[in-house]
Amino acid sequence: MSSPDTALPPEAAPALDAPRAGLLSQESRDIILNGLWKQNPGIVQLLGLCPLLAISNNVVNALSLGLATTLVMALASGSVALVRNFIPHEIRIPAFVLIIAALVTIVEMAMHAWTPALYIVLGVFIPLITTNCIVLARVEAFASKRSTAHSVLDATMMGLGLTAVLVALGGMREVIGKGTLFSGIDLALGPIAKGWVIPLAHDYNGFLFAVLPPGAFIGLGLLIALRNRILMRDSGEQ
Amino acid sequence: MIGSPYTLGGNTTSAIMLKVMLALLPGIGAHAWLFGPGIWVSLLLCSFFAIGFEALLLMMRGLPMKPFLSDNSALLTAWLLALSLPTLAPWWLYAIGMLFAIVVAKQLYGGLGQNLFNPAMVGYAVLIISFPVYMTQWVAPLSLADHALTLADAFDVVFAGQGSISPDAYTSATVLDTWKTQTRLQTPVESILAQPVFASSGQAIVAAMYLLGGLFLLWSRLITWHIPLAFLAGVAVSAGLLHLLDPTQHASPLLHLFSGGVMLGAFFIATDPVTAASTPRGKLIYAGLAGILVAIIRAFGGYPDGVAFAVLLMNVCVPFIDSYTQPRVFGHKIKQGSDKP
Repeated sequence: MSSPDTALPPEAAPALDAPRAGLLSQESRDIILNGLWKQNPGIVQLLGLCPLLAISNNVVNALSLGLATTLVMALASGSVALVRNFIPHEIRIPAFVLIIAALVTIVEMAMHAWTPALYIVLGVFIPLITTNCIVLARVEAFASKRSTAHSVLDATMMGLGLTAVLVALGGMREVIGKGTLFSGIDLALGPIAKGWVIPLAHDYNGFLFAVLPPGAFIGLGLLIALRNRILMRDSGEQ
Repeated sequence: MIGSPYTLGGNTTSAIMLKVMLALLPGIGAHAWLFGPGIWVSLLLCSFFAIGFEALLLMMRGLPMKPFLSDNSALLTAWLLALSLPTLAPWWLYAIGMLFAIVVAKQLYGGLGQNLFNPAMVGYAVLIISFPVYMTQWVAPLSLADHALTLADAFDVVFAGQGSISPDAYTSATVLDTWKTQTRLQTPVESILAQPVFASSGQAIVAAMYLLGGLFLLWSRLITWHIPLAFLAGVAVSAGLLHLLDPTQHASPLLHLFSGGVMLGAFFIATDPVTAASTPRGKLIYAGLAGILVAIIRAFGGYPDGVAFAVLLMNVCVPFIDSYTQPRVFGHKIKQGSDKP
């Protein structure tokens, strides 16, 4: 699902000699809007679906993996943008992957050290951030051609866009599947957060289908349908 | 267009669906007679939710109500699902089943004729995955039940939960459930077959009535012989082979044919004109493989019955099967080494 070869997003044709602009220029605003809504990796580009579908079974897992991915994306895009003029064009993909893998290893070790319980729950999906095509896609399509500041901004916004979709999907599946919100939050924040789980219904039997992979696919389909619905309504009004 | 002696009138969608429902009546009657009045409650509830969801979705899609609601397709889906589910389950179980059958499997795919998967079987699969406990509480045949429920009792159980009557008084494991659990415990075949579930032939009689209804469908030419025959042959041959290899683990083909959803599946579910293969050779391949899958899932799978999963898996293959089994168009010669027909 996460093959990086096919991961080039359709909008990958930025102006090569874009003028350097300060934050919150028109360009920065475009980047923010693209990452969060117009080119949202989760529901528009449909990149990085493997972890999106596998980990979104509750809010805490979704948020944790989303933020970890965002961190890796920001660091990866920033580093690649810094060294982009030193990497020969022909071997850029292996070089990018090496940079990403090194950063993922750092994040993985940090999570192992500070949130060991969450590290075990997320399991193989933390090292798999390396192969998440949205990371490589932003590096290849954006960071290898643009300034460092814009690259970091773009990667952060794309990461946050993905995180938002993950959290929405995770919330949907957790509420329907288990009838709670924020279950397992103590894994991320320590035992102090044990009482923060919100049970929404008492003696709820659970709806296993929502927690299983088919629930993720149908949930993602509904989110995409919702976005299309909003776009249709907006274009209808104009 | 050049005029020809076309036949007029006859089979509209709505009339076909009605005839299929008519063909289900002997099975429903036998079920009510042998297992008590619970079946009326589940048929009523499923029909109610089906019409409700169908109307809601038609409204949301901005389509006219009357022509689509009166084609009876939602009603037939409701009946097929109700007949596949245990009667006397909580009412919300039927609601969720119809939600996935009508809303997700049918209307979200574009309505009747556009659905890739058999709607009733999608509803069934979602329910058996999510609520295995309720989905295995089958109503016992009246001859075995400690407590025969009246129609009022049945409404009470469905809407108010189990209440004063313990479910153990009116439920029992099915033939397939019993076979699966007992063979895993290495119980000898003779003592399995001596159990009361096997002695009462309730399920087999209902299955025989579905067979009768299916023969009516064949006679009225609403279905062709390909799918039912290939489906039943697929089940019988593969179950027979397994039985020959190890009779202590695998039940006889006759028991497989007349238990669970095989008869209903062969004549009413696998033959769904939208989701089944449409070429004659394709129908044989589609239904034969579905039958083999049923026997394999029953023998080695985690669930006691496999008709729903077998039909859904073969639904996925239908476009592929159809494109490779297109019949030769009349007047075209079979290719002989050259590309030109």
